[in-house]
Amino acid sequence: MTSSILLSATTWIYGVAAFLYLAAWVFHRRSLEAPAAGAAAVGLAANTAGFFLRWAESYRLGMGHAPLSNLYESLVFFAGMIILVHLVVERRSGSRAIGAFSAPLAFLALAYASLSPNISDRIQPLIPALKSNWLIAHVITCFVGYAAFAVAFGVSLMYLLRTRREAPGRLAARLPEPLLLDEWTHRLVVFGFLFLTAGIITGAVWANTAWGRYWGWDPKETWSLITWFVYASLLHARLVSGWRGRRIAVLSLVGFGAVLFTYFGVNLLPGLHSYG
Amino acid sequence: MTVSRSSLGSALWDGLASLRLTIALLLLLATTSILGTLIPQNEAPATYRAIFGETGYRFFRALDLFDMYHSWWFQILVLLLAVNLIVCSAERISRQWTLLAGKRPLPDPRRFAGVETSSTFAMPQEPAALAARCEPLLRRRVGPVLVRGTETGGRFLYAESGRWSRWGVYAVHGSVLLLLVGGLIGSRFGFDGFVNIPEGETVQTIQLRNTGERLRLPFAIRCESFQVSFYPTGAPSEFRSRLVILEEGREVLRRDILVNDPLEHRGITIYQSSYGTLPGREVQLSFTSRETGMVYTRQMKPGDEFALPEDLGTFVLLDLRPNASFRGSPVGDAFVGRLVPPQGEPVEVLLPVRFPTFDRMRRGEVVIAVEEVKQRYYTGLQVNRDPGVPMVYAGFVLMLVGCYVTFFRSHRQVGLRLDPEGGGSRVSLAMTANKNRMALPAALERLAQELRRLS
Ligand code: HEM
Repeated sequence: MTSSILLSATTWIYGVAAFLYLAAWVFHRRSLEAPAAGAAAVGLAANTAGFFLRWAESYRLGMGHAPLSNLYESLVFFAGMIILVHLVVERRSGSRAIGAFSAPLAFLALAYASLSPNISDRIQPLIPALKSNWLIAHVITCFVGYAAFAVAFGVSLMYLLRTRREAPGRLAARLPEPLLLDEWTHRLVVFGFLFLTAGIITGAVWANTAWGRYWGWDPKETWSLITWFVYASLLHARLVSGWRGRRIAVLSLVGFGAVLFTYFGVNLLPGLHSYG
Repeated sequence: MTVSRSSLGSALWDGLASLRLTIALLLLLATTSILGTLIPQNEAPATYRAIFGETGYRFFRALDLFDMYHSWWFQILVLLLAVNLIVCSAERISRQWTLLAGKRPLPDPRRFAGVETSSTFAMPQEPAALAARCEPLLRRRVGPVLVRGTETGGRFLYAESGRWSRWGVYAVHGSVLLLLVGGLIGSRFGFDGFVNIPEGETVQTIQLRNTGERLRLPFAIRCESFQVSFYPTGAPSEFRSRLVILEEGREVLRRDILVNDPLEHRGITIYQSSYGTLPGREVQLSFTSRETGMVYTRQMKPGDEFALPEDLGTFVLLDLRPNASFRGSPVGDAFVGRLVPPQGEPVEVLLPVRFPTFDRMRRGEVVIAVEEVKQRYYTGLQVNRDPGVPMVYAGFVLMLVGCYVTFFRSHRQVGLRLDPEGGGSRVSLAMTANKNRMALPAALERLAQELRRLS
């Protein structure tokens, strides 16, 4: 399958991008930032091509479905969305380094998808419950939201390093301005929250058409609600005077922890969701 | 210490209106919800005893942790959140009423005096003439414009856009209430049941999931046929039930349902949820004579009679008995027949489908065996009524629209002050917004440039 080769290549391109970003930061070579962003963009192009190629291949195999139906496919989409959000944030914020911590996340997501022995990259047919347009809307909205939260996680982490109480080291001092990081944490969380909300809603509508209930307290549903509560409290906390900066950044880390558990941890618990 | 009733009341009101309570409740709901994903919900007591032991079981049961999302304490948290939401929103709406209700405030120039995002420059026209030129531009770029004179004999122009977006937050909060009320309606006035219907059969009662009670529907459901198709890999590809809805024996609706494509009739929705096989009612039996070893086969339905050759007697197939048992042990689905030998008593013969040679044990003159049973499918249907769904879906739409408006629309206000200055005007442009202030300076700069071009 050509798409698998393309997606393995994407993994390494993201690896190069992550390496260049980190090198630009650690060795203080701002000149490496542009090649890093370039690598991320090339990786995104390969990722996108791999995604659509896999879609076409599933038709050739006679199963014809969007490649959003299992853990491997969702990780591929997730990685691509992280890089997309990351590049948009870099562009809009005018700071090339602001997304530097998210490129490694995209690399890890794809590396996990390609290398984990528990994840099959075979194209599988859709079981009847997954044949629904609501499912496609559900997966897309959820993962756009997760990607925004992943980039927010990276930005919040930068904020926490940058504003450490004891004198920040030289490395930390080279991170972007705290005010910028705080603002973008908030913007990304807002964006992610909108998509997570849409993701939970489309999932509920899908569950209602497939099983006749829009909410069943299945562990995956419950964990997505937990995630939603955490980010809702972050948004409200920001509106209470004084809740800026570090505390918001910490809530953003907690929120992303909940995202990761919703995505991976829940598969260890019993439930209906067989994919990510 | 004396606390007057009214101050206690107002303290309570303030507490219920506070955003700190909101954050505490949201985080508390998040953390307690974790418990229900770690402890399996609604299992049999024996399962819990095996996991937690007797004391652990009693302790957790006292806290309702085995059905925690319906426990009193979880519902109290949700109720508190709802009250918090109502009180807080009511308080803020009443405080902001003039701003929200669209009565435009008198544009007071002083309100814009200390605004941070502002720009000051000079233009050659005198204020009255300049105001007439600026007004259309502001109307196009911002929104409706109000003009008044200033104490210096100049002009003050005020324009705003997106005031309605201040309602966005209340749309989000209202949508949360809609979801809660919709859920409540569903659990009070709806039901959640299931029924298995063998192909060709009709049912009118279903079994409820939580109580196990039986419920009679206002119509009957017949399953004409059930089909399952498979991928080459053996994984199921599609489940399809051909259903007919009957009212007082008359057919009123006929439709196929699939997973993800249910049927709705009279507010009751029928979903494809599972399937299984039953032995068909027609069976091919073999009769082996112990003496001659000859085998005679015969296709039979319940009620059929077969006069056996070799003077072995007569066999009558009586019935198909689901989940039969033999001397107390379950043997699964079995046909039952009666063998009437030429002499002696008639005997009942049990022919379990799963054990075709079971009858050898009887050590009779003839051994009867099940050769082939045509399988029949039954379809497993989920039958629900949830009158809360329209309200919940309305809540979904309102929540998405509300979130979009709250996050991406803002109320912008622009104050443009034109004071006379040496034959021309001194122009002070100021801009405020209730959100997304980072984008303001750029917007102000663009507007200022367009204004300068008017000279
Ligand atoms: C699950 C429940 C809730 C959800 C989903 C929710 C959602 C939201 C959202 C999305 C915002 C906008 C935040 C922003 O602009 O960044 C907001 C603002 C707000 N919420 Fe909530 N909220 C909830 C519960 C509550 C409750 C219980 C209260 C009661 C005190 C509350 C009070 C507020 C206030 C005062 C604002 C700020 C409004 C403003 O900007 O003028 N919320 N809420």
